[in-house]
Amino acid sequence: MPTVSVNRDLLFSKIGKAYSDDEFDKLCFQFGIELDEVAEDDDGVEYKIDIPANRYDLLCVEGIATALAVFTGKIEPPRYTKLTPKVKITTVVSPSTQSIRPYLVTAVLRNVTITPAAYKSLIDLQEKLHHNICRKRTLVAIGVHDLDKLTPPFTYSCEPPEQIKFVPLNLDKEWTNARDLMEFYGSDTHLKPYLHIIKDLPAYPVIRDSSGIVLSLPPIINGDHSKVSTSTRNIFIESTATDLSKAHVVLDTLVAMLSQYCENKGEVEITEVVYENRPVDICPKLFTRNMALDVDTVNETVGISISAGEMVSTLNRMGLSSQVKNSGQISVQIPPTRHDIIHTCDIIEDVAIGFGYENIVPQLPPTSTIAAQNSLNKLSFQLANCVAQAGFTEGLTFSLCSMEDECEKLLQPQATKEPSLVIISNPKSQDFQVARSSLLPGLLKTVQANKGVPLPLKLFEFSDVVHLDSESDTGAKNCRHFCAIYTNKTPGFEVIHGLLDRIMQLLEVKFEDEYSLRAAEDPTYFHGRCAEVIYRNEVIGKMGVLHPKVLSNFGCAMPCSAIEIEIEPFL
Amino acid sequence: MASLSLSDQILLLLTKKDDDGGISSLDLAAELGEEDHQKVVGAIKSLATLDDVIRTEQYVRNVLSLTEEGKIVVSQGSHEFRVWQNIPDSGIELDTLLLGDGGSTRVGLNKAVASGWVRIVKKDDGKSWVERCLNVEVVDVVKSQLLQIINGDSAPLGDDVITDLKRRRLVVSNSVTTFTVSRGANFSQNVERPEAELTAEMMANEEYAKKNFKPYNFNAMGTTLQGGHLHPLLKVKAEFLSILTELGFSEMPTNRFVESSFWNFDALFVPQKHPARDVQDTFFLARPENCTRLPDEEYVARVEKVHTVGDYGSDGYQTPWRREETQRNIMRTHTTAITGRVLYDLAQQKPFKPVKKFSIDRVFRNETLDATHLAEFHQVEGFVADRGLSLGHLIGIMKEFFGRLGIDQLRFKPAYNPYTEPSLEVFAYHKGFKKWVEVGNSGLFRPEMLRPMGLPEDVRIIAWGLSLERPTMIRYGINNIRSLVGHKVDLRLVYSNPLCRLDKVRES
Repeated sequence: MPTVSVNRDLLFSKIGKAYSDDEFDKLCFQFGIELDEVAEDDDGVEYKIDIPANRYDLLCVEGIATALAVFTGKIEPPRYTKLTPKVKITTVVSPSTQSIRPYLVTAVLRNVTITPAAYKSLIDLQEKLHHNICRKRTLVAIGVHDLDKLTPPFTYSCEPPEQIKFVPLNLDKEWTNARDLMEFYGSDTHLKPYLHIIKDLPAYPVIRDSSGIVLSLPPIINGDHSKVSTSTRNIFIESTATDLSKAHVVLDTLVAMLSQYCENKGEVEITEVVYENRPVDICPKLFTRNMALDVDTVNETVGISISAGEMVSTLNRMGLSSQVKNSGQISVQIPPTRHDIIHTCDIIEDVAIGFGYENIVPQLPPTSTIAAQNSLNKLSFQLANCVAQAGFTEGLTFSLCSMEDECEKLLQPQATKEPSLVIISNPKSQDFQVARSSLLPGLLKTVQANKGVPLPLKLFEFSDVVHLDSESDTGAKNCRHFCAIYTNKTPGFEVIHGLLDRIMQLLEVKFEDEYSLRAAEDPTYFHGRCAEVIYRNEVIGKMGVLHPKVLSNFGCAMPCSAIEIEIEPFL
Repeated sequence: MASLSLSDQILLLLTKKDDDGGISSLDLAAELGEEDHQKVVGAIKSLATLDDVIRTEQYVRNVLSLTEEGKIVVSQGSHEFRVWQNIPDSGIELDTLLLGDGGSTRVGLNKAVASGWVRIVKKDDGKSWVERCLNVEVVDVVKSQLLQIINGDSAPLGDDVITDLKRRRLVVSNSVTTFTVSRGANFSQNVERPEAELTAEMMANEEYAKKNFKPYNFNAMGTTLQGGHLHPLLKVKAEFLSILTELGFSEMPTNRFVESSFWNFDALFVPQKHPARDVQDTFFLARPENCTRLPDEEYVARVEKVHTVGDYGSDGYQTPWRREETQRNIMRTHTTAITGRVLYDLAQQKPFKPVKKFSIDRVFRNETLDATHLAEFHQVEGFVADRGLSLGHLIGIMKEFFGRLGIDQLRFKPAYNPYTEPSLEVFAYHKGFKKWVEVGNSGLFRPEMLRPMGLPEDVRIIAWGLSLERPTMIRYGINNIRSLVGHKVDLRLVYSNPLCRLDKVRES
């Protein structure tokens, strides 16, 4: 969830009302944003506000203030006007971009007044958009320019880096090879995360004006020449993208916010982007969409009963200008800032928010059902109770572990063990290399972590391990295991053995007829002290005295007996 | 005498005493043939538990005793005396004197020089020699001081001397508790000793009626019982299970940690470019890397369509959808993957039958670990599928469910979740923290998730989820999740964990 920092006084002046922290917190809560933190610095009180991840229109102070001012009935929802100039500012997209970063969208804003606060907000909004919807500039990257310093038309192409010469933003010298610039920015914490997007490509995306001046080297850096300042009057916005629909969302969002600073608020000049193999794209889109809403369906879904008229005024407060149509239908206008609305259910939520979640009368669902427990979980739980009654204490250990835990530490040869394991491709630490195939390492680590606790330690766990399984649609399956260990000055094999007998007694499984033990050798266990547990002619697990090397591998100094068996055969 | 117990011997001595002025435990020890004082004190304490047989007064005093080094001084003389003794009339070279010295010779030399018994002179060859001073009377004062202390006559020595001897580590002072014992009102030489415990034998011969019994100390704790224990988190899980089944919810089979991206994300209308699908947040698998099969192709095609161009009244995400992406296996990030499978199966059953389902099981996140985040945790999830359900029903079931967890102050915040709309976050008022904390997430499943599965348009599903660890940590006041979950659990915390009574909220 993005967090937006805004100056409180600026926010309140834009809303047109001052609130106490508590009042504002409450207002945010009702609207579905969250006042996360109140901080104070040299510039006054700063609010940190959590914004839902799909509300790009709320990623700046202008957007939040507008939405809340509309919500509290201070202003009408803003309107946006697209102006068509006699000659549209054009950008020609070269086919060379198509395999690298194929899309471009542009817009022009005239007669803007960029105050220092507006400038800061513009930079912050770009940053938030880059980080969220633009997926760290991989999908979309934004460049904002002082149009008066440039000579349209523009070109967008991909060029060999050594041909790209320009002064990058806020640097004081010309760089004659863009690849060197990549090296230079390798130590820049802000830009470093984006370099990988183009660094190793044979050609870099570049936008130039008709005199060859570089506007930007997307998605990394703009040129210094056309940088925006508080004296900028006319703005050119470009966004290069690998995802065209997101590029339009980003452009609409930026334009809507910046057009507040135009002489005629909300006025945006359209531009055109010319492709070789695609139709000309006229942008920004700034489309207002219409959706029809059925009043009864909305009431039933929210669990309220309001009239069509009330619903319309509720929607207006949510920034969705609406009108009652005939026969219980409402026509809703969705402004270009609300790209989060893709279905009527999104509008229904806005009705619920406008009505107030706290005003909805809670009801229990009338749905009558008879409950049932899952049989495997129920059996595990019943057995866990009985094992605890037998004096053992339940552990709860992790399903993910290291390869070492599964192989080396248990003295299992990695060459034969590793191919049977489910392996994680991107663990952040070696503790999460594999999905475990045995519960034993977890319990041994529990013993290790509880050295000061008086002996004997008697521990158990019922939990799932994961095996490869070609029958399953995912190629892996869970298997419910039971594991118990006993550790003391002597191994106490008879205790573990007795526990097995007790479990079998509880399961009404007869010794010899249905279950038995068979001597076995396993590197995890001490020689001659290991047996397979056989249930109805199938080996369901092993028990025995653990090998002293296994114990020392897990940092355990005392002898230890263990059992690990499958539970599903007893269902 | 030998056959008498120590307490009997003490009683005998007290009987023999003419006056009733009392006798010190130290004297008693001496009179009992140099008996160990601690044993005598033990016997006195035992007699003191009897009803006014003896009276005792307790004294604490400091007693000086000699250290090992002090004892050597007594037997061989002080360090300085020994140095003086060892110097031949012709003197001795300083280096020779100090050869093999552990420190005591140097100490003795300094003292002897200070006392004027010996002197150090420089010879012509530059070497230092030690010589006895002539015409000096050498008296080993330290030794005689220590002898005085042994004889219990340290008082005339004065504090300065004692402090100096302590500093030289020749004596130490220990506090000794002594008792002055005198006869009580019920004094008798032959007291009847009370019994410690009722025995089977006493019951058989009915002797118990004639016996006195030692009083119990009710101010002490009982013995620690040996037994097995269930894990605290799993006790909470059992309680949740019982609450949910009481509310009519059936348990879903969640034993499937490895899940395809299709069921974990795509079927739930989570876009393929969603940050949750990033390698930073989700564990992807190297083996098995991809799922072996997707569900029926028509369903997969409907999912693809609703994502890319939209359907069922939705615009979709208008972005490309890759089949390779949906096949990638992951460790499931939520149990909603299972809910998706269950709902798909439900959609295949005609006619539609309303259901209420829940699950509690592990989920996995590629998180950076801290005191409240682990790479795996338990998710509690529930849903009701029926016609005519509303947000009001969701709020109603939330109030009922959380109410049974002992959480009755709730408020609901509009929220965003890719697969629910409307969505609401559940906040509970935490009396300890004195603030509202988020305890769960909920909403109505989106049509883009339900309609491709084949569920009828008028079926609405209200659903919610929360972690099991968080309410458990809040309930038991646990600050670090690692002391609750995983192998670093503190077993003593498990041993002492109380019942899980969620309806009974702890006061503090």
